[in-house]
Amino acid sequence: MAKIIIPTPLRGYVNNQSEVEVKGNTVKEVLSNLCETYPKLKSYVFDDEGKVREFIRIYVGDTDSSELDIENTEVDSNMEISIIPAIAGGI
Amino acid sequence: MELLLDNHAYQDIYEHARKTFPNECCGFLYGKEHENRVIYQTLEINNVMQGDQRDKFQIGPKDYQYGEKYARQNNIDLLGIYHSHPDHPAYPSEFDLRMAFPYFSYIIISLDREKMLDIKSWQLSEEQSFEEEVIHFAKVVQ
Repeated sequence: MAKIIIPTPLRGYVNNQSEVEVKGNTVKEVLSNLCETYPKLKSYVFDDEGKVREFIRIYVGDTDSSELDIENTEVDSNMEISIIPAIAGGI
Repeated sequence: MELLLDNHAYQDIYEHARKTFPNECCGFLYGKEHENRVIYQTLEINNVMQGDQRDKFQIGPKDYQYGEKYARQNNIDLLGIYHSHPDHPAYPSEFDLRMAFPYFSYIIISLDREKMLDIKSWQLSEEQSFEEEVIHFAKVVQ
């Protein structure tokens, strides 16, 4: 079980919750379970190959998940996982 | 779709864009959702895009988290992002569209070295295209 922090623009897909408690053994499993419960979220978190999308960052505590193996990183009840939109744009 | 933009918030966006010209600026938009969206506060954020910032901007993940925290601490809603298009129109680019998220208002201010040229707001539709939000300017009493 872990707590997932939902960013403002995606809260509409999780019944307007800012935090969701989700079961799972690893970070990837927790995220997958979240998307199974809230299917409209899935296309914003994972690509067709099941990888985290390029415009989303996942933080486990203060650590960027790109520095972790999320498929094998185990979660505990104190763990906070943040979904962070990669905000960018330009001309 | 319409939104109300406070005069001071508008002025803050322009001042930020003028200060960073010819580079792009960026920041957060805050306010409240009533019948219409009301934006009355902004927060300047450093553009952390690597390389040429005259045509791109990026908000770092830690700054994004700070932007959410700022909303919670001040009991206001994070409603969107603003950025500038120096010497370019206030219309979203393909890159803007590819990186856009639902719900947020995306205010784009167009300016040249001397003056503000245009300001427009855009929101991502369910069809994944941008729709313009008509901006009404007013003094917002909080």
